Amino acid sequence: MANARGELPTWVDIGLIPLLNLFIALLVAGLVVLIIGENPLEAMWIMLKGAVGSIKGWGYVLYYATNFIFTGLAVSVAFHAGLFNIGGEGQAYFAGLGAAIVGLSLEFLPWPIVIPLAILASILFGAFWAWIPGYLQAKRGSHIVITTIMFNFIGASLMVYLINNWFRPVGKMAVESREITGAYILSFREIGLQFFGVRLPSTPLNLTVFLAVIAVVFVWYLLWRTKLGYEIRAVGANPEAAIYAGIKPDRIIIIAMAISGGLAGLMAVNEVLGVQHRLLLEFAGGAGFVGIAVALMGRSHPVGIVFAAMLFGLLYQGGAELSFAKPLISRDMIVVIQGLVILFMGALEYAFRPTLAAIFANVED
Amino acid sequence: MALSLSWERAEPKFTMTPAIELIGIDKRFGAVHANKDVSMTIAQGSIHGIIGENGAGKSTLMSILFGFYAADKGEIKVKGQPAKIKSSFDAINLGIGMVHQHFMLVDPFTVLENVVLGAEGGRLIGPALAKARAELTRLARDYELDVDPDAIVGELPVGLQQRVEILKALFKGAETLILDEPTGVLTPDEADHLFRILGQLRDQGKTVILITHKLREIMAITDHVSVMRRGELVATKQTSQTSVEELAELMVGRRVLLRVEKGKAKPGAVVLEVKNLTWRDSKGTARVDNVSFTVRAGEIVGIAGVSGNGQSELLELISGISKPTSGQIIFEGKDIGILGDPRHVRQEGLAHVPEDRQHRGLISSFDASESGILGWHYDESLGHGFRLDREAVVNRCQSEMREFDVRPGDPLLKSAKFSGGNQQKIILARELKRNPDLLIVGQPTRGVDIGAIEFIHKRLIELRDQGKAVLLVSVELDEIRSLSDRILVMFAGRIMGERDASSDEREIGLLMAGVSKDAA
Repeated sequence: MANARGELPTWVDIGLIPLLNLFIALLVAGLVVLIIGENPLEAMWIMLKGAVGSIKGWGYVLYYATNFIFTGLAVSVAFHAGLFNIGGEGQAYFAGLGAAIVGLSLEFLPWPIVIPLAILASILFGAFWAWIPGYLQAKRGSHIVITTIMFNFIGASLMVYLINNWFRPVGKMAVESREITGAYILSFREIGLQFFGVRLPSTPLNLTVFLAVIAVVFVWYLLWRTKLGYEIRAVGANPEAAIYAGIKPDRIIIIAMAISGGLAGLMAVNEVLGVQHRLLLEFAGGAGFVGIAVALMGRSHPVGIVFAAMLFGLLYQGGAELSFAKPLISRDMIVVIQGLVILFMGALEYAFRPTLAAIFANVED
Repeated sequence: MALSLSWERAEPKFTMTPAIELIGIDKRFGAVHANKDVSMTIAQGSIHGIIGENGAGKSTLMSILFGFYAADKGEIKVKGQPAKIKSSFDAINLGIGMVHQHFMLVDPFTVLENVVLGAEGGRLIGPALAKARAELTRLARDYELDVDPDAIVGELPVGLQQRVEILKALFKGAETLILDEPTGVLTPDEADHLFRILGQLRDQGKTVILITHKLREIMAITDHVSVMRRGELVATKQTSQTSVEELAELMVGRRVLLRVEKGKAKPGAVVLEVKNLTWRDSKGTARVDNVSFTVRAGEIVGIAGVSGNGQSELLELISGISKPTSGQIIFEGKDIGILGDPRHVRQEGLAHVPEDRQHRGLISSFDASESGILGWHYDESLGHGFRLDREAVVNRCQSEMREFDVRPGDPLLKSAKFSGGNQQKIILARELKRNPDLLIVGQPTRGVDIGAIEFIHKRLIELRDQGKAVLLVSVELDEIRSLSDRILVMFAGRIMGERDASSDEREIGLLMAGVSKDAA
């Protein structure tokens, strides 16, 4: 009686509703394509083919998905603690600083040492950038949404200054660091060539994708198989009950934000150490924000996040192909779809629920 | 008209057109069948009680009548005319008024402003206020409903706020007044006054529907009573021709023991000693004011009082959720007040069944097994170090569920899906299984069905007989009186006095209202 909203079977809740939302988002996006003057079905086909119709396409999809898994997990861990961390972008960006400092200054060390250190530095720098808003939220009550947005801007400005004044080699015009040679994570293409003699198409997909798999398992284990994870979820679900249980929400908020930032920071490993091999401006490229959509769509569950990240990877890669084939449709179309997905998954999450609940209530009769 | 229960009303006094007829009302919320084909006739000018356990569907039924929910099936007639009630606005226009359990008042507004709220009748507030003032004077005269029209509602005591709610409904032309658990927040004296007002309303031809789970109230003032159980209307009786025992049986479906069987207490050593405990809120008001008492092993000490007189704060202090402003809480020789940490307090051997089951006692989105370790989750038996052994968690819950007869006995079911009684059993199991020396328990049976109440009471007595100490806080005076060996009465943050269990109910009631000969 208490739940007037109606209960739905689990598969509807975590499967059908996200798909339905995605479908509507694509439908509206299709309308936009139609208004531009292109055929939406053709556009959809080009996207699909460009993304999963070739090994190269898959390489790109997985590369994008790697980034989105990190940022999506970051958002979800904070979300389980009841926090909306929208600073993944800034945390990932700032983490690049850690990766670059270790990568550039410890080049004399052998790679089995310097790579883990660089990864660790990325995590720590990302964690630090989220720890500050977490601390401010816990001890000062500054709202996490506001502070994390602000830290995106602060991080961006700081990075411009640092890359320009500290990292840019003398005489170089491009605002970027010199190449990081020690902490160099191999791409699949390079592995194929060097170890197997296979010629793979050139894609940015690199070994960091396995780190993403580890991160997925880590987050699942943390949240559902550790006492800390229990406390994080308790604080997020019901702070009053958490206090009753002797859990200190302040402490948990700070810890959860640090873990969240650390996960976002792993994105820098993929970009800085795995793809660009240098620290450059705006390398996060909006992946931090996509992470929000990914976490929403994946219902903040690691498995859901993997699927959602793959989907967004597909949209990104397909979108690139589409803008290449149809100059009328720019890459911003993907941003439109992404925005629509966020709109339908987040803001309108419950738009279809009552109808579905009514349908399923009737079916059960 | 096929009214299954029309044979009940033979008395000529009620033969005129009924005020309200509910015919075949059916309502589902997902899997929950909240109202099953309920038909009911409310006679004009009568007080009609609706009684049933929590979750029996009485509030849903009234919400349908008041337009909050739409019924899936069924028909409503008001004064013989079929009515479509789609919103509370429709209901008000049909002369139905509702006094909610939680008042719908704007605290910073005056009584007058609250009364006209929703009936301003134009862009300018002046004329409405003038009219309301005249009307309030009339209502006060007719129904003993005196309230200062210019008082700020937020500053009025609860009893008067409730009167404002009634005035609000009457001002809007209510002929039928629905009251949802109106006495939950009142002292016995205030409740008596409310009943007098209701009696006068009836005498002037108004119809009153009283939703309650207190049998005494039904017996005291209603003309008819309808009993609901699990969404169904089981019977409608004339109050004069039924008895408390019969109604209780109809409510539960079987005969229940309203009295708790217990032997004499054998109090042992002092387990808890509270000394001059004071806690001030952020405004500096002493919500717990210089409270001192002891609880000994092998006894149940009950704290009676109207809700909101510092009992909740006292529980929070003892359990370590908040820190005392001054004073000491000595548990087995140690001052636990200075710890101010529920986890340490728990480790000392104190268990706490919180007042607010939904918001404190468990986490509704967690499954039962996870709620079943809340507060003890760091225990090494549930996984070494940082690990949480899922299997151990589920197994523990399974065995606790079996022992405490939790239904359904599924540890993986979401906590929210259990009924109030079963949720309370999950919490009680969790707290008792750690073998505490002292159990502090707040409102153990609030919103719990009678079957579970019996079970919970038996467990508390058992705990006492094992030589453990129990501190019980409840707003249900009957519960306090039947369980406690000693009764302390709290009013405005202070202990008004101590009585033994056999003392006169009226005397305790007076203490609850702050009237005392021996107040410190």
